[in-house]
Amino acid sequence: MSVSLRLNEEQQLLRESARGFCREQAPLSLHRKLRDSRDADGFDRGLWRQMVELGWTGMAIPEAYGGYGFGHTGLGLVLEETGRTLVDSPLIATVLLGANAILESGSEAQKEELLPRIAAGELLLAFALDEHIVHDPARVDSTATQGNGGYTLNGGKTFVLDGHVADRIIVIARIDGESDGADGLGLFLVDAAAQGVEITRTIMVDGRNCANIVLNNVAVDADNLLGGSATTPEALDRILDIARIGLSAEMLGSIEEVFERTLDYLRQREQFGVPIGAFQALQHRAAEMYNEIELSKSLVRAALAALDDPASSSARIARLASAAKAKLSEAFFLVSNEGVQMHGGIGMTDEFDIGFFLKRARVAQQFLGDAGFHRDRYATLHSF
Amino acid sequence: MNGELELFRTETRDWLESNCPDSMRTPMLPKEVVWGGRNAEYANPDSELWLERMAAKGWTCPQWPGEYGGGGLSPAQAEVLAEELARIRARPALTSFGISMLGPVLLEFGTHEQRLEHLPKIVRGEIRWCQGYSEPGSGSDLASLNTRAELQGDHYIINGSKVWTSYADKADWIFCLVRTDFEAPKHQGISFILFDMAGAGVSTRPIMLISGSSPFCETFFDDVKVPAGNIVGRLNDGWTIAKRLLQHERTMISGFGLAGGQAEGGGASEATVESTAKRYRGDTEKLSDPLLRDRIAQFKIDSEAFALTSRRSAEESAGGGPSHISSLLKYYGCELNKRRCELLLEAAGNRSLGWEGEGFDAGELSLAREWLRSKANSIEGGTAEIQLNVIARRVLDLPDLTGILRGKR
Repeated sequence: MSVSLRLNEEQQLLRESARGFCREQAPLSLHRKLRDSRDADGFDRGLWRQMVELGWTGMAIPEAYGGYGFGHTGLGLVLEETGRTLVDSPLIATVLLGANAILESGSEAQKEELLPRIAAGELLLAFALDEHIVHDPARVDSTATQGNGGYTLNGGKTFVLDGHVADRIIVIARIDGESDGADGLGLFLVDAAAQGVEITRTIMVDGRNCANIVLNNVAVDADNLLGGSATTPEALDRILDIARIGLSAEMLGSIEEVFERTLDYLRQREQFGVPIGAFQALQHRAAEMYNEIELSKSLVRAALAALDDPASSSARIARLASAAKAKLSEAFFLVSNEGVQMHGGIGMTDEFDIGFFLKRARVAQQFLGDAGFHRDRYATLHSF
Repeated sequence: MNGELELFRTETRDWLESNCPDSMRTPMLPKEVVWGGRNAEYANPDSELWLERMAAKGWTCPQWPGEYGGGGLSPAQAEVLAEELARIRARPALTSFGISMLGPVLLEFGTHEQRLEHLPKIVRGEIRWCQGYSEPGSGSDLASLNTRAELQGDHYIINGSKVWTSYADKADWIFCLVRTDFEAPKHQGISFILFDMAGAGVSTRPIMLISGSSPFCETFFDDVKVPAGNIVGRLNDGWTIAKRLLQHERTMISGFGLAGGQAEGGGASEATVESTAKRYRGDTEKLSDPLLRDRIAQFKIDSEAFALTSRRSAEESAGGGPSHISSLLKYYGCELNKRRCELLLEAAGNRSLGWEGEGFDAGELSLAREWLRSKANSIEGGTAEIQLNVIARRVLDLPDLTGILRGKR
């Protein structure tokens, strides 16, 4: 029998407490403040400390490695809530991508060393994969040349989330294999301060922190290669799929929030002597958004549940990850655009918050593969 | 608890293994659907046997109480039964509006006597029901209906006409909306009444549709005499029942949308859109038309998300029955079925465009007709626009323009 799509009591409580925390401690005004002050970190370290204390960093890390074993659904629910107020935090880069990369590809020694430090909030990570203007995980030209008991890395990375604040960067580089092939890629833990690592922060339209990274003859010890050898394409897919599903959960929260804000506006704003939400031209568009959101929610719940179900095949997880990321990208596009349009002139002002969701939607759509990428992958996974 | 359920699964599996005829485990053509009724037709003798066996266990209506002939199963047991039926790809033993629409509202609003009279016959497929809702002047504005029922002694005399009455020409009884108070506001003068189509004064006329078939009828009532006790629920409170029944109907129609979402397993064994496209386009691995491929992927993702939503809404309501979410399911399911039909036509190119005669096989000839039939999906059971109205008003709590303007007048 398949796993239930209904949240259990424990999960509902977790979501409520995360929602309360974000509303009180990390409202949208914090996002605005960080942007306006051109904050050097791009996130609030005091807030991050509180998130660590709430256990969010260890949510999906097994108890054996200092985590709390709440599973991917637990982390997904937290991300859904941080998505509501567009919280800038290292959760995506360090916890969703970084910790899961180590958990999936690391050796026992690497897991024991690194995962408890992530759970304790002592280590910030970045995941440096993309090299081109669109996500194409097999197209890695950065090289890792073996020699002197270690590797020498060369290449360039772009769109690296939290690249400028990370202590360590997980660099995906080619040990061998075809330049377009999924085989022969290694995941290297590179110290951000190492000789030859050049990091340039890029301020993105959504205000989040990304970086371009150049690797110029960077020496890496052999024991900093995750798992001690090239990763399998399946393992890299799984890391990326976990992240795509988690990101979809965050997107779902943002979508729900922008939709609720828009509905409130439709009920309040009066023109022609009536609330504009009484007009059928807007009601039907609102109803269609509701439908798309409910379908999106089902995909996110099912994908998270599949990650937590040991019986799930990797093919099923891959299909659900691509279905979710494709669908959520489209839904976020729809709802954030309609949000601005339905707010009319005020939606175009910087003073009003609704535009933040439109900006975040564009970046989230692009990150880890857009709808077109994932529909193509979904079709391939279904053999057509 | 889980042990009991697993025991039930084993017993069910064994029973189905020995009782479901082999020919009932094959894909079913539309003409083989078993509707039951006084004049029941069985294209295959095994269909009758299968119905008898399932009805004897009450499994044509698994969750209805045993005292009314149902299976008396818990929701969890019913899910197991559904899974086991799907596992062997068993055909539905009985399809009827009595099961999907009337039965649930009789269980909620009917008297014990009404349930005893009607439900067992629905379970056994002895009486085939039709639905008297739409009228020539009352489509989306259903509550404006004009069919009159006037009390004379202990009977009502019914006059008027209905339209789009599915299979009225084949039905034995009708559940019908009639006006019983001619002065009250339109929603407050309607009653929900049951009567025999064989009675004097009832006539039907099938309507030929663009698909070339006639599933719908015009239905006429000319001084039809119906016992007053056949009203279900309170007099003049029929609109409450009418709306409830529509939720059941919408949930049923939304099932059309599940045809494309086989990712979760189970369901029909019909050819998928992508397999049809590959076969007709001569592609063995990847579809060569990138635009068609992308649209099929989008359709399949939406279908999968829809199937999950259907499941999630059932889990979240946990036996509480359908709600306004039925409008989402009805709307989206119908749009998906229409998309599926369009994609099938596109996939099969001009092979899908035959109407009759030589040059096309039976499957090809059904493509265009099924495509045309699908256009009714977003009209029947409340149009797409009505569903969006219900979502906007009842789920999203957006203001009612008509009410506001009425208040200002």
